[in-house]
Order: sequence, then structure tokens, then C-alpha cells
Amino acid sequence: MQLLAEVMSNFWLGLIIKLLIVALLVPVIGMIIGFAEMKLSAKMQNRVGPYYAGGRWGWAQLIADGLKFFQKEDIIPADADRPVFKLAPALVLGATVALVVVIPFGPNMAFRNLELGLFYALAISSISTIGVLVAGWSSANKYSLIGSLRAAGQLIAYELPLVLSVVGVVILAGTMNLDAIVQAQIATGIPYVVPQFLGFVIFFIAALAELSRLPFDMPVAESELVMGYLTEYTGFRFLFFFLAEFVNMFTMSAIAVTLFLGGYHFPGLSGDLATVLGPIVLIAKSFLLVFVMLWFRWTFPRFREDQLQSMAWKVLVPLALANIAVTAILKVVI
Amino acid sequence: MTLDQDLVRHLSEVSVSVELQTPEMTLNIGPQHPSTHGVLRLVARVDGERAFDVRPVIGYMHRGYEKLAEVRNYPQITTIVNRIDWVAGYANEIPFITAAEKLMELEVPPRALWIRLILTEMARMASHLIFMASYPLELGAQTPLFFALRERERVLDLLEGVTGGRFHPNFNRIGGVKPAYGSGSQTRKLIQDLPKTFYEETRVAMDEVLHVCDQLEDLVAGNEIILARTKGIGVLPPEVAVAYGVTGPNLRASGVAFDLRRVEDYLPYDQFEFNVITGQNGDCWDRWWVRLQEIRESARIVQQAIDSIPSGPIQAKVPKVIKVPKGETYVRAENPKGEMGYYLVSDGGQGPYRLKIRSASFSNISILPWILEGVLVPDIIAIMGSLDFVLGDVDR
Repeated sequence: MQLLAEVMSNFWLGLIIKLLIVALLVPVIGMIIGFAEMKLSAKMQNRVGPYYAGGRWGWAQLIADGLKFFQKEDIIPADADRPVFKLAPALVLGATVALVVVIPFGPNMAFRNLELGLFYALAISSISTIGVLVAGWSSANKYSLIGSLRAAGQLIAYELPLVLSVVGVVILAGTMNLDAIVQAQIATGIPYVVPQFLGFVIFFIAALAELSRLPFDMPVAESELVMGYLTEYTGFRFLFFFLAEFVNMFTMSAIAVTLFLGGYHFPGLSGDLATVLGPIVLIAKSFLLVFVMLWFRWTFPRFREDQLQSMAWKVLVPLALANIAVTAILKVVI
Repeated sequence: MTLDQDLVRHLSEVSVSVELQTPEMTLNIGPQHPSTHGVLRLVARVDGERAFDVRPVIGYMHRGYEKLAEVRNYPQITTIVNRIDWVAGYANEIPFITAAEKLMELEVPPRALWIRLILTEMARMASHLIFMASYPLELGAQTPLFFALRERERVLDLLEGVTGGRFHPNFNRIGGVKPAYGSGSQTRKLIQDLPKTFYEETRVAMDEVLHVCDQLEDLVAGNEIILARTKGIGVLPPEVAVAYGVTGPNLRASGVAFDLRRVEDYLPYDQFEFNVITGQNGDCWDRWWVRLQEIRESARIVQQAIDSIPSGPIQAKVPKVIKVPKGETYVRAENPKGEMGYYLVSDGGQGPYRLKIRSASFSNISILPWILEGVLVPDIIAIMGSLDFVLGDVDR
């Protein structure tokens, strides 16, 4: 502990270690979730799922898939806007990585403990949609274009409920620092999902839309738009999008856990043990939400874009506003 | 520089038109597309997400079966017609064989008719289960696919047990059904008949099919999103459906109780009790619901048929070389996709002089330009899927 604290206090050494951890964390989490998706969907559909790769349970399937993507020819359509086309996957994955940075994995254990951490997280999470928009626009493909415009429409519709739903938490905690929000929940003893249940539900639905997971996967919509904005991407560029999608599921879940489910705190743990187990608790809780997302994916069909818009503007935004008003009044009264 | 000129012209246009320009674009859906059931191509003018002037372009799968039939003899043609609507290959054989038998004035033994009827209903179940699998998939739900395909496999296993083929049984012969090992001794003749365990396995499979219908109803009909995506979408009024020649479950979903199993006598359907299922609104939801109920009705018919199957020969006496007397006839049957008819013209030879095939999907997709006018792009897929066509049945 002492040694670790000393090493981390050196700026450059700490930076290198942090970078290495992020660089490892992102693909590892992506692979774990990707594998979980394969296996869980198989379970839900009376299938076996990956079986042979790696000898047992097909555990190496995702590694094999990843390597396969690197072997593929990197095709850029002739009419594509080449630099933008190449930039888009990096933008999407970059936003994902940038989001990992503020998640508090334990007491004072975020890669960067920002005072406006929540604000930063919400702002960064919408950058990946710009990447999607750019990807669809530069592909010179009509399906990609429709897909990316749907993604943009979805962003506008869902960014508002997403932001509004967390205002209740900010009012209760009195801060936008993610670590402090967790500490506030530890102090009161009840996670914010109890007083802010409506906010949690709205946040989760909006996060699903933001991630374009089913039932809101209209930007990809395999049966309508072939592969949406991904249609023209091959090889490792496609892998970037794929990885970003899985890691984004984790980061959005981690933020939801931090805001509503007590973050890295597990009742009964304190002191050094809480510090050590913090990341494990947070990851376990996040995977619980990721599981729900996967479960949705294999259960629900897809909404239509206009249905999504009317749901966002007519249901979620008013509910979120009502939630803020009630929370604010109760905060003053009690 | 042209670029500068373009820029100047563009700027001048911008300054003139204050409104945002949203030009229409032409969207090509297919022939290679995940949801066109093969190689159908739709050319649509889309304004944002709204589609206009949807034109189906067919013919990518034309195999010239009508012409091909003219240079084949009658037993060979069953192989060809199997491949028209390949998800219910068996059902395609029936009207053709019946047409030839009608011209030859053959009396088909009742056992053969019963076997034909059982297998036709099984083909209907297999076809409708494919629809049950693919339609939610088109709406984005992947899991019902596996439920429906699992039970379809049971039905196909039974078909395979009797005919030897899952998709293309080629099991009918003029005057009966396939004699397995040629003619011969009494034991040989027993081998030719239905497999020993057929009745038992069929009873089990029918129970399972009825069970999966309940499951699908829970999984799909209990889903709010499916209802939101299908109710009131793609409404096909009965008069329009009749005017375009739409038949089968698509017509019945519009509320027209027209079922050739009741009207025609190509198979002894009058011996069985079953309902003609009709919908009320003629929307995508009704088309899904009608097909689900038809699986149940088919299972009922099969259950009754295996209880009442008569014994006796499975093949009428026919000459070694089959020649159909001069004449012409039209026989139509209720296929899973709709009305399937063969107009058979014989000049007394070993093969038909002309065979006109009236396939259900061809008429059913002729409604596409009408029904897809002004709908949203996601609804194109929802409506197209609900019409349940097969490209082999469209192009022949």
C-alpha cells in the first residue's frame, strides 16, 4: 500500500501505470462482455455457443475472433471520405477510453478524480455518437447514412432524459464528483436507487438508447439497414466499433452503479479491505447491469425510430423533470 | 475552377432558399439484403425515413420451370415443382399430381389421399413455423427463431421419415404416393408404407407443436414492442386484397374467410373438423396471428387424420409409361403461402404441352407497391416480412 502510494505520487510513473491499466482494461472487459454475450445468448436460445476454441467452453473464441479481424483486408470504399472514414473508429473508441478514466474503482481510486466527474462523463459519452455520425457520413453508403442519422436523432432524444435523470442524484449528494457521490451514499447507508428509483429507470433506459442496444438498436438494425453505420467497415476498424460497444456497456453500467447502486461500496466492508475489494465490487455490480442489457437484447424486438422519439419526449423527459421537482422539494422540506 | 463555380452556385442557392433542403434519395433494398427472403429487390424513393414509389424488381431467381416442364415427363416434373416454394416443398406437388390424375380419371386409394393430406398439413406447419421464426427476427427479436425452428425440426423429421427428404420430398406418384422399393412381395409392400413409429411420433410432435404455439404466444404476443410495431401497420383492406389477387393467410387476415381446403376437393378435407381462421384488421399483427392459429388447426387436422387413416393400397394401378389423355384442366390448392394452381394442357404425350404455374407469393407481393406507399423504412421490413413470401415461389 505504502509503496503503491509512493509510486503513484510520482506523476510520470503514475501516468504510465495508469495508461497501461486502461490499455489492458478496455480490451479485457470488451472480451469478457463479448464472450458473456455469446454464451448467455446461447443459453437463452437452447444453443451451446462457442465450444471448441481454447479447449474448454470456447473461452478463446473472442481472442480468435479478434485476431481474425486483424487478418482481414482493410477495405475503404472508393467514394468514402478517407481521412474521416479512418478517424471515426478511433473517435468512438477514444470516447470509450476517456469515459473509463473517471470511474471511481475504489475510495479515491479513479484514474482521474475530477470535481465535475459526472458532467465530464455525460459529455464524453455523447462524443461516441459523433463518431458514429461521422462513420455513417463518410462511408458513402445510404444504409450507413440512414443509420448514422438515426444515431444522431437518438442522441438528441436521449441525451436530455439521461442528463435530467441524474440531476436528482446530484441534488441529493450535493456534488458532481463521482467519488463524493459514492461517499454520500455510504454516509447515509442507502444507495440512491431507493430514493431515486425513477431516476435509475430513466437513466438505464436512456443509457440503452445511448449505447444503441436493443430495444433501441435502430442505428444498426440488421434486418433493415444491413449493418447500419457499420456496413462498410471491415477488419480492425470494425473491431474498434465492436470493442467500443462492449466497453461502453460496461462504462455506462459502472456510472449507473456509481450513481445509484453504491458504487464500489459493499455493506460491511471498510478500511484497507474495502480499498482492495472496491474494484471487484464495482465490476461485479456493473456486470450485473450488463447482464440485464444482454438479457434485454435477446428478449426484445426493436422499436421504431418515431416510437423512440415520442417515448423520449412525451414520457421520459416529463417524468425526469417531475423527478427533479419532487426531489428538490423533498430535499428542502426534509 | 469548377470547384469555385460549384461553391458560388451552392452559396447562391443557400442564400435564395431559406428552407433546409432535404433532397430525396433512391434506396435500393436488395437483391442482397438480410430481410428480403432471397433475391427480391425493392427500389424506393425515400425522404428521410419515409418511402414512396416502392417498386419490386423480381426475376433474379427465374429458373424457367414452366418451360422446363414442357420437356420433362410427368414423373419428372414433381422434382421441379418441389423447388417452387421450397419451405413447403411437399405441398407444391399435390395440385400438380391431382391435375394429372384428373385428366387421367384415376381413382386414388383413400390411404394415399390420407397420407398426402397429413404430409401437406405438416408442410404447412413447417412453412408457418419458418414465418414464426423469421418475422420476430425482422422486428429485431432473435430468440423466437430458435423456439420455432426447434419444433419445425420435429415436423421435418417426420416428413423425412416418411419421404426421405426434408425439403424436396418428391414423394407423390401419379395415382398414389411413392412406392419405396418398386413393386414386389408382401413384405416389400409393407416397407413401402408409413414407418412403424410414425403414428406415435406424430402424436408426440403435434403435442409439442401445440405447446410451442403457446410458448410463442407468450413470448411474442405478450411483448408490448411487437404489438406497437405490428398493430395497425400495413393494413390491407379486404376489397384491395381481393382486387390484387392476394390469397392464403394474408387474405384471411383481412377478414375474408376464403380457404380452398373448404372450396375444392383435391384432398378429403371435408372429413375433418377445422376452422378457417380470419383476422379483423388485416394488419401485420393479424397476419402473424392468423398463421399461428393455422399451425394449431393443422395440428388438429393431423391428429384427426392419423386416428382415421384407412388401410389399403397406397398406389392405384397405372400403366408403366404414363401418358395423360388430351385435354386441359386447372387444379388449385391451399398452399401455406396461398393459392397454388397448375393449368395443365396435355396433347396426349408423356409430358405436358403447357404447364402454367399460378404461385401464391407472386400474387401476394404484387400488393407491395400499394401497401408500401408512404410507410417508414422500418415498416417496409415489417410489412414485407408479414406477407411471408418465398422468392422461389415468386420467380419460379
